[in-house]
Amino acid sequence: MNGAVASSREELDVQRFSIAVSIAVPLLAILVQAYLPLKLKLTPVFDLPLLVTIFFAVARRRPVPGMITGAVIGTLQDALTHHPIGLNGISKTIIGYFASSIGVRFDVENPGSRFLMTFGFWFVHQFVYYTINLALVNVRDSWNWGHILLTAFSNGFLAIVLFTLMDRLKVRS
Amino acid sequence: MESFFVRYKDPLILMAVLFVQIIALATQVKRTESPVQAGSGGTRLIRVWTMSAITPVEKLLTGTGRFFRGAWGNYIDLHGARRENRELKEQLDRMKLDQAQLRAEVEQTHRLEVLLDFRQRVISKTVAAQVIGSSGSERSRIIYIDRGSHDGIKRDMAVITPDGIVGKVKDVFPRSSQVLLINDRDSGAGVVLEKSRLQGVLRGNEQGELQITDIMSDENVHSGEPVVTSGGDSIYPRGLPVGTVMNAAADHDSEPFLRIGIRPAAKLDQLEDVLVITQMAEHSPSVAEGSPSIRAADVLAQRLPSITKPPDKDKEAGQANPAQANSGQPNSVATGQQTPPASPLQKKTEVPRKSAGAVESTPGQGNKPPVKRVSPQPRPGATQSTDTPTGEKPPQ
Repeated sequence: MNGAVASSREELDVQRFSIAVSIAVPLLAILVQAYLPLKLKLTPVFDLPLLVTIFFAVARRRPVPGMITGAVIGTLQDALTHHPIGLNGISKTIIGYFASSIGVRFDVENPGSRFLMTFGFWFVHQFVYYTINLALVNVRDSWNWGHILLTAFSNGFLAIVLFTLMDRLKVRS
Repeated sequence: MESFFVRYKDPLILMAVLFVQIIALATQVKRTESPVQAGSGGTRLIRVWTMSAITPVEKLLTGTGRFFRGAWGNYIDLHGARRENRELKEQLDRMKLDQAQLRAEVEQTHRLEVLLDFRQRVISKTVAAQVIGSSGSERSRIIYIDRGSHDGIKRDMAVITPDGIVGKVKDVFPRSSQVLLINDRDSGAGVVLEKSRLQGVLRGNEQGELQITDIMSDENVHSGEPVVTSGGDSIYPRGLPVGTVMNAAADHDSEPFLRIGIRPAAKLDQLEDVLVITQMAEHSPSVAEGSPSIRAADVLAQRLPSITKPPDKDKEAGQANPAQANSGQPNSVATGQQTPPASPLQKKTEVPRKSAGAVESTPGQGNKPPVKRVSPQPRPGATQSTDTPTGEKPPQ
């Protein structure tokens, strides 16, 4: 029954984006993420590529495109760091998959659910990154609850604003 | 069987994608353990492509921002130009006096170095570059500069500003380079505390703070003490400013050692222009090197009103001392001003604002604009000469 409901919901509410938007927005997010910290000291606290991954995955409501979007965005993000490529790639692949699954089951259009969803995914992303970094790269990051809570709140609030703006890019089918 | 794959298609694809990424990550980690193969392989291609796509846009953004700021800055500068000119002239007068004192000390040092057969590596060539981007992550303290392999940049070259060291070149692309900042936890630099001469390794931590953690806790380290490069890491030349000691406390993680917090001399979070040291030279001083000595007393004598001479005698004196006559410097400068002592390592705080074309410059030249090439430098980081780079007459 649930599957049928989900399936009909998926069929009704799948939102599409033009190819230009699907390519340009993730690239723009990575570009802004790389450029803005030169001008604003606090910007590394935000993770625009993660927010874009969540937005596209939730809007498309299909796990495979969601995880592919996450994998590509994460890999490009990794390419800008001096760390091995794959840390963000793996984390954002998982986020893309689960975000699209959540998009099928819950209403993620209102600001409250968007905040909670981003807040939760921020923790998942940090945890996956931390685990992979420790298990595969043998680097132990410090797990600072205060900092992670603060950044989760910040990204949650930014998501409300950003997702509202990005809603205009949707092509409803 | 077919229904299994259809039913669990999405989780299976997820696992496949993750598996591929984990294998790729593991391969990179394995490669990084071997320094010969580090930075090679398939990931190199991804980095080059990403940078090739992003660099032009970042250059455009940086250039546009600078254009508008420059236009506004020029307008504002005109208002204070006259006052600033007067202040600079006064500053130049003071620095001449300091220069003469320093020159005497340098000559004495040279003589000692010759006696000891002392050799050191000095900066002989630098390339100016603009900062165009960052990694965008708190975990990777990286900046990107707009100079790459086409401009002669190579891995492990030191990157500095006139204020102090910034980092080293980590990766090089055709038109850009990746610079690992000194406050990243993966970076390290050999440093020495200027007064106590204690040597240590400077490292960054996760919060982007600088610290030295390998000095024994029974040593006396004072807050405010300057820290300079030791030259022992073969990347940064000796004597470049690093920062100052902020605090020192026992390191509870490694008991017999101190954890010394360092405030960086360079503004690592506001970098716009940097210099890449592209060439170092082995310098062995000789007694012959160095310009004819001008004693501090001579400079003071020029300033004293009591030695004012009539114009005709000045002319004769000018013939007797052509070097002084050509300089356009009057024999007497009856300013009567007090000249407060200035720091001998007074550094320039302005960096070239214009496009960092392949201008070669040498740090430690006070407020001079970048010069084509100055070599060799007896001691990097120290003010060397009062001659104006264009050969113009000094202000009167």
